[in-house]
Amino acid sequence: MRKSVWSMCGMCTVRCPIRVEVEDGAVKWIEGNQHLLKGALCAKGSAGPALVADQERPRQPLIRKGGRGAGRWEPVSWEFALDYVADKIRGIKERYGAQAILASSRGGPFQDVVKAFTHALGSPNYSNHDSSCGRNVHHASLSLFGLGRKGFIYDIKNARHLVLFGRNILASLRPAEVNQVMDMLDNGGRMTYVDVRQTLTGIKADNFFQVRPGTDYALALALIHELIKARAYDAGFVERYTTGFAELSAFVENCSAEWAAKECGVKEKNIHELVAQIGEDRPRVIFHPGWMLSRYRDSFYASRALNCLNALMGNIEIEGGLIFAKGPGDYGKKGVRSLADLSPKLTIPRADGVGEEYKHFEKGPGLFHLFYKAMATGKPYPIKGVICVRHDPFTCFPDPAAQKEALDNCDLLVSVDTHYSEFGWYSDVILPEATYLERDSMIAVQKGLKPRLIKRNKAIEPQSDTACLCTIIKGLARRLGLDEYFPFNNLQELWAWQLEPTGLGLQDFEQKGFVELAEKPVLFDREKLDGKFKTPSGKIEFSSQKLSECGFPSWKPYESPERPPKGQFRLVFGRSPIHAHGHTINNPLLNEMMPENSLWINSKAASRIGVNDGDMVDVSSGPVTSTVRARVTDFIHPEAVYTVHGFGRQIPLQTRAYHAGMSDQKLMVGQLQNMDPVGGGLNLCETFVSVRRSSKNPQRKVEL
Amino acid sequence: MNKYAIYLNSRRCIGCHGCELHCKTNKGLPVGPFLCEISHEPLKSVKGVPKTEFAFRSCRHCEDPFCVPVCPTGAMQKREDGIVFVEQEKCIGCMACAGACPWGIPQYNSESNKAVKCDYCMDRIDAGLKPACVTKCTTHALKLVTMQEL
Ligand code: SF4
Ligand code: SF4
Ligand code: SF4
Repeated sequence: MRKSVWSMCGMCTVRCPIRVEVEDGAVKWIEGNQHLLKGALCAKGSAGPALVADQERPRQPLIRKGGRGAGRWEPVSWEFALDYVADKIRGIKERYGAQAILASSRGGPFQDVVKAFTHALGSPNYSNHDSSCGRNVHHASLSLFGLGRKGFIYDIKNARHLVLFGRNILASLRPAEVNQVMDMLDNGGRMTYVDVRQTLTGIKADNFFQVRPGTDYALALALIHELIKARAYDAGFVERYTTGFAELSAFVENCSAEWAAKECGVKEKNIHELVAQIGEDRPRVIFHPGWMLSRYRDSFYASRALNCLNALMGNIEIEGGLIFAKGPGDYGKKGVRSLADLSPKLTIPRADGVGEEYKHFEKGPGLFHLFYKAMATGKPYPIKGVICVRHDPFTCFPDPAAQKEALDNCDLLVSVDTHYSEFGWYSDVILPEATYLERDSMIAVQKGLKPRLIKRNKAIEPQSDTACLCTIIKGLARRLGLDEYFPFNNLQELWAWQLEPTGLGLQDFEQKGFVELAEKPVLFDREKLDGKFKTPSGKIEFSSQKLSECGFPSWKPYESPERPPKGQFRLVFGRSPIHAHGHTINNPLLNEMMPENSLWINSKAASRIGVNDGDMVDVSSGPVTSTVRARVTDFIHPEAVYTVHGFGRQIPLQTRAYHAGMSDQKLMVGQLQNMDPVGGGLNLCETFVSVRRSSKNPQRKVEL
Repeated sequence: MNKYAIYLNSRRCIGCHGCELHCKTNKGLPVGPFLCEISHEPLKSVKGVPKTEFAFRSCRHCEDPFCVPVCPTGAMQKREDGIVFVEQEKCIGCMACAGACPWGIPQYNSESNKAVKCDYCMDRIDAGLKPACVTKCTTHALKLVTMQEL
């Protein structure tokens, strides 16, 4: 008999709702939840069973035997491993105080238990990977709207025009969103794509701008200039809900299409055409403010400018625009309980300086890379223990060698993950998490037009000696005398506790796998949006009070990006639809589809350095060199080289991924603290690399 | 007459290769065989935008298949509704079928040591469902059409 289980995918952090069919304890079929995705799933989503079966992942708790990174592990029992970690934490707490522990996890609905644990221990130092991802976008959105980047949902399906700056929305994909984009295009909507190279998204676009790397901000400013000049904006909305329009107009005074065309290396005529189209299509034009935008030194301002364009369109809270993400409270419903609310409120400052030295950043998860400074200098106080939950800093952040140096000041490094992360391989203890098909997770609230509660249910029992995150944390908490903050003994009890205020029960999830908290989506009255923008003025602040209080301008004067020196290129990176960064490279089925990455290089630039398509090239920066196959193409800007992120892994037990392809972050030598001081995001596309034809290309054929 | 065909709306396809894996995992195939394939022509500029279209390829389920008569055991068969399939119990893995097929459609499954090919997921069709690739296509670009509709 086949059993059907509602759950959530865990191959990437989109966490699509799925339905799993199980027979004889094995997963036979996974499809996207018919109620939400009509079956749709990406390639990674289908490869889940291969992850379960993979023998090349930790299948039992491991404690390091040799030096860090030497790869000698002793398999131990859960009892032993948790005792060991708890003892170490206790030791650090006694010697340096609880604040010397840093814990980091993936953002999203399941971070609650990790955050609660950190705070219950007495440490304010909970973090995540976001300073290498969406922090600039988040802070830009906060400075303008008073709402973070998840404060709005984009009603792409009903838009007439979607403008994307480097947001490769059809490859770095979320199935629900991809379908909205395709529906929009099917309904005659237009798409504009701006990037340094052509992508799976760009090939569907009506307008494509291949810009010089690092000039996005110039193009965004020119659009503001030209739209204001053409009076192609919603003057009523601007008048009613924004502050600083006059200052914005003055600032973009000189940013004409003509100027941007030169700066970005695109045709002026095409910018004018785009402006005319936006004039026709507004207000249902969405300027995507970026997802992962830790790229150039002005990415924060580029994202801010894109959101200024949204405000100029007056596309807030309309169909085909930016709609306030509604939570349970907006529909008069109660949300689920959170564990973090139970833990004590701490007054001790964070070791990353967020909230103290950096008052303009939102406290939330802080900025992970800044903890390395605390580790290295002991200031403001030492960090001695690091716990990373499904977060691999060596893959996320630049220069793993520099990270290791800082981590060597720590007494305890723990990795909780389903696979060997590069950080895990260097750590002291690996606590292997069960795969998403083998574990239950906390009930999650998903905000949206119609908010919902959704639950991951394990489809099968763990096939190896692995455990779910809540059980692992509970085990540590019990040993550390923190039981009171974790009022459950198993997931059933945790779910019941979470659900108590809502009046809902587990049976309410049975029909569809989730519970919708609203019958019909409702938009706020557009005449009464006052108070919805959580800025100091309650309006959309083109001129941000908070930024100026902290001594930062609301718009940064544009600076032309540096050109790479001769023989060098700006290294940019991105995603393919087949892999979720470093997590999936060793998955047997996904690896078969895409075993390695390549280096995209412009045809003319390649011929200048004598590189042909398919040649092996050495890519180097400082002491680091990677060798990878060149993909020579016309469809990338000559100043840039591009690769897919996540490859070049160096974990010998991952035989498929071991040294396959190149890793961009290892080439970002000396870039670990290259941070946008206003946005808090790292500048990950500010590295120049040399590219040479490699001596590994065969010159002779020696057979016997 | 063949009753079914799989149609790709290439305007909607994003080239994510999901269908290839949806197919593979539904059949429980190991590393090696792929029963369908998404491909595209090199990019060409259309009104200043480099573009391409995707194509979906799987078995053609020929009216008069080459693979069926060469099969020494009668494992390779064509059904009433036109579906060409391998009866796994009878297959000896000699791969004569693959040699006879001009497009090399039948593939070798190194785990079962037998031939495997697209059969429009006939077990699913017989159960009133759609093939795996169609059901789970990321963008719903793939459709199963019955011939009258064409
Ligand atoms: S996008 Fe793909 S991998 Fe990510 S959660 Fe959805 S189906 Fe899974
Ligand atoms: S119909 Fe079934 S067997 Fe044929 S390509 Fe699609 S998924 Fe594969
Ligand atoms: S799954 Fe659908 S969208 Fe993706 S490549 Fe296949 S047909 Fe195209």
